[in-house]
Amino acid sequence: MNMSLETMLLLCMLLPLVAIVGIVGLGHKPNWRETVTISTCLALIYLVVNLYQGLADGEIIRLFLWEIFPGLQLSFVVEPLGMLFALIASFLWLITTIYAIGYMRSHNEINQTRFYVCFAIAIGAVMGVAFAENLFTLFIFYEVLTLSTYPLVTHAGTDKAKAGGRIYLGILLSTSIVFLLLAIISTWFVAGTLDFKPGGVFAPDVDTTVAGAILLLFIFGIGKAAIMPFHRWLPAAMVAPTPVSALLHAVAVVKAGVFTVLKVCVFIFGIDLLAVLPTTQFLLYLAGFSVLFASLIAMRQDNLKARLAYSTISQLGYITIGALLATSAGVVGSSMHIATHAVGKITLFFCAGAILVAAHKSNISEMRGLGRKMPITMLAFFIASLSIIGLPPTAGTWSKWFLLMGTIETEQWILMTILMLSSLLNIAYLLPIPYHAFFSDDNKQGSGEGVGEGVGEGIKEAPLPALIALSITTVACVALFIYPQPVYELATAVMENSRINYAD
Amino acid sequence: MAAPLCLLFRHSRAAWLFALIASGTALVISILLLQQVLATGLISYALGGWQAPWGIEYRIDTLNAFLLLIISSLSTVVLLAADTSISKEIPKEKHSLFYVLYLLSLTGMLGIVATGDAFNVFVFLEISSLSAYALIALGSDRRALWASYQYLIMGTIGATFILIGIGLMYQMTGTLNMHDLSNRLPEVAQTRTVFTAFAFVIVGVCLKLALFPLHLWLPNAYAYAPSIVTAFFAATATKVAIYLLIRFTYSVFGFSFSFTALPLQLLFVVLGVLGIFVASSAAIYQSNVKHLFAYSSIAQIGYMIVGFSISTVAGLTATLLHLFNHALMKGALFLALAAVMHRIGSVQLSALKGLGREMPLTMAAIVAGGLSLIGVPLTVGFVSKWYLVLALLENGWWPVAMLILLGSLLAIVYVWRIVEVAYFQPRVGPGELSKDSVREAPLAFLVPIWLLVIANVYFGIDTRLSVEVAQTASESLFGLSQ
Repeated sequence: MNMSLETMLLLCMLLPLVAIVGIVGLGHKPNWRETVTISTCLALIYLVVNLYQGLADGEIIRLFLWEIFPGLQLSFVVEPLGMLFALIASFLWLITTIYAIGYMRSHNEINQTRFYVCFAIAIGAVMGVAFAENLFTLFIFYEVLTLSTYPLVTHAGTDKAKAGGRIYLGILLSTSIVFLLLAIISTWFVAGTLDFKPGGVFAPDVDTTVAGAILLLFIFGIGKAAIMPFHRWLPAAMVAPTPVSALLHAVAVVKAGVFTVLKVCVFIFGIDLLAVLPTTQFLLYLAGFSVLFASLIAMRQDNLKARLAYSTISQLGYITIGALLATSAGVVGSSMHIATHAVGKITLFFCAGAILVAAHKSNISEMRGLGRKMPITMLAFFIASLSIIGLPPTAGTWSKWFLLMGTIETEQWILMTILMLSSLLNIAYLLPIPYHAFFSDDNKQGSGEGVGEGVGEGIKEAPLPALIALSITTVACVALFIYPQPVYELATAVMENSRINYAD
Repeated sequence: MAAPLCLLFRHSRAAWLFALIASGTALVISILLLQQVLATGLISYALGGWQAPWGIEYRIDTLNAFLLLIISSLSTVVLLAADTSISKEIPKEKHSLFYVLYLLSLTGMLGIVATGDAFNVFVFLEISSLSAYALIALGSDRRALWASYQYLIMGTIGATFILIGIGLMYQMTGTLNMHDLSNRLPEVAQTRTVFTAFAFVIVGVCLKLALFPLHLWLPNAYAYAPSIVTAFFAATATKVAIYLLIRFTYSVFGFSFSFTALPLQLLFVVLGVLGIFVASSAAIYQSNVKHLFAYSSIAQIGYMIVGFSISTVAGLTATLLHLFNHALMKGALFLALAAVMHRIGSVQLSALKGLGREMPLTMAAIVAGGLSLIGVPLTVGFVSKWYLVLALLENGWWPVAMLILLGSLLAIVYVWRIVEVAYFQPRVGPGELSKDSVREAPLAFLVPIWLLVIANVYFGIDTRLSVEVAQTASESLFGLSQ
């Protein structure tokens, strides 16, 4: 096809929207509807991969739509960090869709058409976030993402879903309007531009107090990164169907959050300025606190999805720390952690969903002995856990390695300890689950009702699409350990980019 | 060039079509006017051939032309839906009366904006107000009478204050022409009479524009008036009052006088912010959706006042932008409510249960308008908020900027109450309202509603027109006064 790369970039954002028409139009024919979704996924991956090749060939792909205010444009550009994010998102969207088909059907969920529509809008928004050329464009798509995922969170329509949705929307919209918007306008006011520039946009003689205050606003404003005081929305969002949780936790929302943090740190402040700001240290400790405390809370959760949610908060803290460390190892580690955590966590959520569908269990204490009934699911769970913890032979090893390097380079011993400690905690709250599933008896002490023989016999493996999906991501966890080159190259390109241009 | 106004003076027993044509003509003419003003600058028309400052002069600059455009376009769009809407809410024999009043009110507003004569302002103000009282009293609810009476009292006090102020000015300067006044007032600026005149005019105008704490008449007036009237007034009436405020402080009294004579800046910023918070909080606790949006209007006026009080070009630009944008949002919201009223005969929050399913297009319009109120990007609300916060930062008013943004969180709360009710609660028909009786609103509603919603999005993305005009207008105001 002789499509220019610019057109492809535009299509990346438009395609999911076009798909909506098809999804709505075929709403009453589920098979066709799903065909539309899946072919859109494939087309999107094709586009993104093409863009990736273009980027690798050193082409500059830029797309300018129109000017909203004088000086503020809606424009897009392909750069390594965004590319990384877009690759992960489009790839995992396909898998999530495959999984969702199995999950939603065997669960007989209502409003499936609305579900797929919102999913498509969300992915379009993610592409917009990933390829945004300036903070303004990013902000717009950030908000679109929030709003389009709201109906997904409240999908069930129950009181609990409504309450969860309220917290979800409340925190995300409030932080973004009060802090993030203020930070953006302040940046615009102080620096006169919102373009992402390697090395930052602030003049070298900028008042560090002001810039420090703006950094605070940014970090608090990006509620999607779930830094500790503003993390409540993530567990609240657990009421959503599992494919949504997978999307929120691994692909779209939280990753958009930390991606924005990274973008802001590297391209708005620049790591050199970041290192001298008075508030950076405070934020680092805050993120460290977030890492540790969320892990501790995770240990006490019996609901599997809630435990995974707190684990996510903790892992997001890692990425924020990496970005704030202001060294290249930190940024590389963070970028890679976006990818590795994505595949790891999505696998865990797929497993959680599979268990719910096949065995109707959502509490960890009920999962003893489940490994013999659902061996594939539990094996996947085990491998993904290893990846989250950061043990070889899984992908998480690399990103954690770089993050630790970053803390050592900057001699942040406390943070290093926190990271190590948190990894230990990861072991403590993740590994017992597959352990008990395989090696414990499934008959509980005391009363055996509900888990009696008859019920236990009925449990089979999850539906096939779900199994396929979670196997793919599990394989990805391992593959990224053995062959981390593409991710690593993109991650280092982020830094090289900023270095080279900064020297000019 | 004020000919369109004369056209509207004809009190024929015009029906809907005539009103629509008249309003549409006004719209076309105001578009032409705006173009001409942008191209050439000031346009002046001496009524009856008497030259200013003796005769009555119509004087159009960018500011007026902008306002004329807002008013006439909103009035036209609202009229599109009027025929269907009043067919249920107003008895048949009063229909022509309704249109006469509507046109009168429109004339009054256009007149206020177009005229360059201070006394003439008062005359037009009375025309529009008197017809407004009558329009509100047409509401089918008996409480409409009481609401109208309340408005009558408050409105008359406001008008009287303005009249007293104008009288005092005339006494001091011997002229009623605004342009002439602005030349002569500085000579006598330090007298007490002028201070008094200024104070009277300001208070009078603030009553009209429902600035907190002078807003008490507004919620009831909006809530019990016929839906179509609410849509019209919400989109236009307070805008006219804001125009008067700007006109008097900037053009007539002059910028330097206005902001030194009284602690106006401080006063307005405090009242504006208070208005935002008090009114938004009140909106959260309303069970009638019309009331809810009425309080939200008061809060939005607070935003405009804050922008006004910054008293810089940027601040004024923000205010003017918000004038335009708020007219679009509220027009869309109240029209959508009118559609709801038409279908289910109630706008209580509880009556909206499950409507997201029954009237998807109407409810989607309410959501879009609500998002615009919150100030979500890609809507006009975001544009105004952006400019307002930027103007505040330029002036170094960080805390106020923070408060403004916090205020918009309250908007999330009240908008989301509606969303949750409409989309997450099952539709339980109270008695006679069985499930199938509710259908999507008729096309006569949907077309104007979605015109406005699309305008909401369009002007949120392509801000060239609105920003440029607002900027030129505010720059010219500062040019005038310095």
